[in-house]
Amino acid sequence: MSSTSKLNKSIHAGSEESPLLDLLNGFIVELRLAGLPVSLTESLDAMEAVSHIPIEDREAFKYALGATLVKNYSHWKSFEIVFEVYFSIRGSEYEIRDNDLTNSTDSEIDEAEYQQGEAPAGGGAMSGLSPEELQEMLFRALLNGDQAMLRLLARQSVIRYAGMEPGRPVGGTYYLYRTLRNLDLDSMLERLMKESREQALSELTQLEERLELDEYKNRIEELKKQIESEIRRSLVADRGVEAMARTLRKPLPEDVDFMHASREEMANLRRSLYPLTRKLAARLARRRKYGRRGPLDFRKTIRHSLSYGGVPAEPKFKYPRPSKPEIMVVADISGSVAAFARFTLHLLYAISSQFSKVRSFVFIDGLDEVTRFLEGVEDIGEAVHRVNTEADVVWVDGHSDYGHAFGVFWEKYGKDIGPKTTVLILGDARNNYHASQSWILKEAQQKARKLYWLNPEPKAYWDTGDSILGEYATHCDGAYEVRNLRQLEAFIEKLV
Amino acid sequence: MLLVVFFLEDEALLKDTLIQVDYRFEDVNGVRSGLNDVSYLADDGIAGIVYLADRLAKPVLIEGPAGTGKTQLAKSVAEMSDARLIRLQCYEGLDESKALYEWNYKKQLLRIQAEDDTRDWSEIEDDLFSEDFLLSRPLLEAIRAEDPVVLLIDEVDRVEIETEALLLEILSEYQVSIPELGTVEGTQVPLVFLTSNGTRELSEALKRRCLYLYIDYPDLDREREIINAKVPGMDKNLADQIARIVRSIRQLDLKKHPSVSETLDWAKTLLLLGVEKIDADIATDTVNVLLKYRSDIEKATKEFADNPDSIEEVEEEGAA
Repeated sequence: MSSTSKLNKSIHAGSEESPLLDLLNGFIVELRLAGLPVSLTESLDAMEAVSHIPIEDREAFKYALGATLVKNYSHWKSFEIVFEVYFSIRGSEYEIRDNDLTNSTDSEIDEAEYQQGEAPAGGGAMSGLSPEELQEMLFRALLNGDQAMLRLLARQSVIRYAGMEPGRPVGGTYYLYRTLRNLDLDSMLERLMKESREQALSELTQLEERLELDEYKNRIEELKKQIESEIRRSLVADRGVEAMARTLRKPLPEDVDFMHASREEMANLRRSLYPLTRKLAARLARRRKYGRRGPLDFRKTIRHSLSYGGVPAEPKFKYPRPSKPEIMVVADISGSVAAFARFTLHLLYAISSQFSKVRSFVFIDGLDEVTRFLEGVEDIGEAVHRVNTEADVVWVDGHSDYGHAFGVFWEKYGKDIGPKTTVLILGDARNNYHASQSWILKEAQQKARKLYWLNPEPKAYWDTGDSILGEYATHCDGAYEVRNLRQLEAFIEKLV
Repeated sequence: MLLVVFFLEDEALLKDTLIQVDYRFEDVNGVRSGLNDVSYLADDGIAGIVYLADRLAKPVLIEGPAGTGKTQLAKSVAEMSDARLIRLQCYEGLDESKALYEWNYKKQLLRIQAEDDTRDWSEIEDDLFSEDFLLSRPLLEAIRAEDPVVLLIDEVDRVEIETEALLLEILSEYQVSIPELGTVEGTQVPLVFLTSNGTRELSEALKRRCLYLYIDYPDLDREREIINAKVPGMDKNLADQIARIVRSIRQLDLKKHPSVSETLDWAKTLLLLGVEKIDADIATDTVNVLLKYRSDIEKATKEFADNPDSIEEVEEEGAA
């Protein structure tokens, strides 16, 4: 808050009150609300940066803001969305027309019609087309990769199929779904492939076919993005910038909840997992190397003092040999928490060089050791897939039974728990009202170095319904809420 | 320039004046075509940020996957603006004496030995800690240079987080404080580029002082242009095919995606082999130029050589 008001002051001191600066101000506030850490100096830099950029050049404008405000690539996507909401349909003085549209002379539709089509209810030549004709034009545009045409068609499809009504309280995804359903892009892809097979002089080789397919997929992806931003633009026009920005606010990748991540978010998560493990491994290795300074080594100091004539000028310390912990992971992989278990296993194995040994067990109501799938493989993703399909984890009905699973664990592997072992239990402790068998945890805790419980549910839900975490937690050295990558990273760092 | 220094004592004013005298680039397009001339194909973002770095007198922090031309950008900017490139390669254990300055203690020792006992010690001490005995290291050298320079601080993520602090003063004020001498102010504001491979998060303080530029793998068109520009004698169709195959490979879930430099290596390889059109066999035989992990190579070969049904399967799995 204080930084914003300071910002206002400094802007107003420097120049006349200008709508652009107000706009930028709102933009920066929105970035902060979306979770991006924008500091005061950075916002001042942004102000200065845009003064060097011709405002008509929208791309440059965007990059100027991006370079000064966003210092982490994983935040770029959030930035782009906020940018689009704020700067895509401002009053005419900010509207930045995409110049290439006017150049599309060969695209059958001239600028005048484009202008008409801009009004959401407007007609124009395109609205006279039958659905088949529209489909045909879309097909041709995709086939030739005609960008300008695709943009127009995206606009037209939204007008036609999304069924947007002002003031209707539905999210953009609903409109997106409606539009895409009508366009039926899957069969479009098939048609495109067929067409290019026919066009080819000779039969397409495997490789060529694959390349064609990738090309069309990219174009269709591009079209989807166009449609999405088209919908967003109309929604902004309808609801106003602030309201729209609020509904679009999405958690940053490191804050996405494991249990409620959408498909796309999952893919994003998986992608950000790899750099994270690399970072974590580097950091842990470094700490092992430098972070440990033991007590004074008296003998060594005296011995060295001889070279200074008996003056202990250079104190020597004991460097304790850091013992690497042995990890045993016991993970619930039943429905709701499976994603979480997968991420944790993935992360642990990626940094397994930091541990002397990692053994993993998965359960639903039965329990199986899966170390063999995960150890020494290069592709963890595939290994996790094998765990899900091949491990023998169902005992009776495939509903979580922590008590029984712990029983099996204790009976078969309990003897392997030693004073160097850290046991991690992953799960939501929703036991379906079976017996808890919490004495096992008590015994295990006494034998093990540490015993931790990681729960992907928010703390407020613990011990509600059939969750009996409280009972288990009394026998753990700690029970932690681990709902997103940020929390997972913080926990693992503590582990080493 | 001396005159300016004389009249303007206010540091901030001085800095502004220095910058105004020294604008290097006219506009964004100028930067882009300049980079083009030294055969670095910049997209809008890259050219725009280099231009801003000059206007705002701020360093640029470049992140991105390995082999996308981060270091090359600094080199090319130096080449295009006829500046000397001063490079500081970071590594674990880099310290002040390697990055900023060092006292030439051997020379200092000689100086003391050469002295007779008549002179006052404090005089000698003043003498010892003077410019004559100062060895400048890259950072100090960059700001004290008389000729135009571009400073490249390479792989800044390799130094420990504590060492980063060394850079802060020079990056924001373009000056270096030496306890024995006082503050050494820069004669110029050099263009500064920092690169990072992202092995660790850089400190907020450092990021705040920099413009941020993320160089990702180029898109299809740009990659094709890069191939054409960097590999002379390349057939246009072949370049197109190479770019498309590389794009498809990058969409696979691999340990290490092919970088731009590897793409270029591959293009050169194909050129040397006299290939006119890539088919699955050639791709399989030469893919080890592009990919460096066995598991990646296997995956890519499987993708591009098997029967179509299996490709569909893999794709569905990738999407799931």
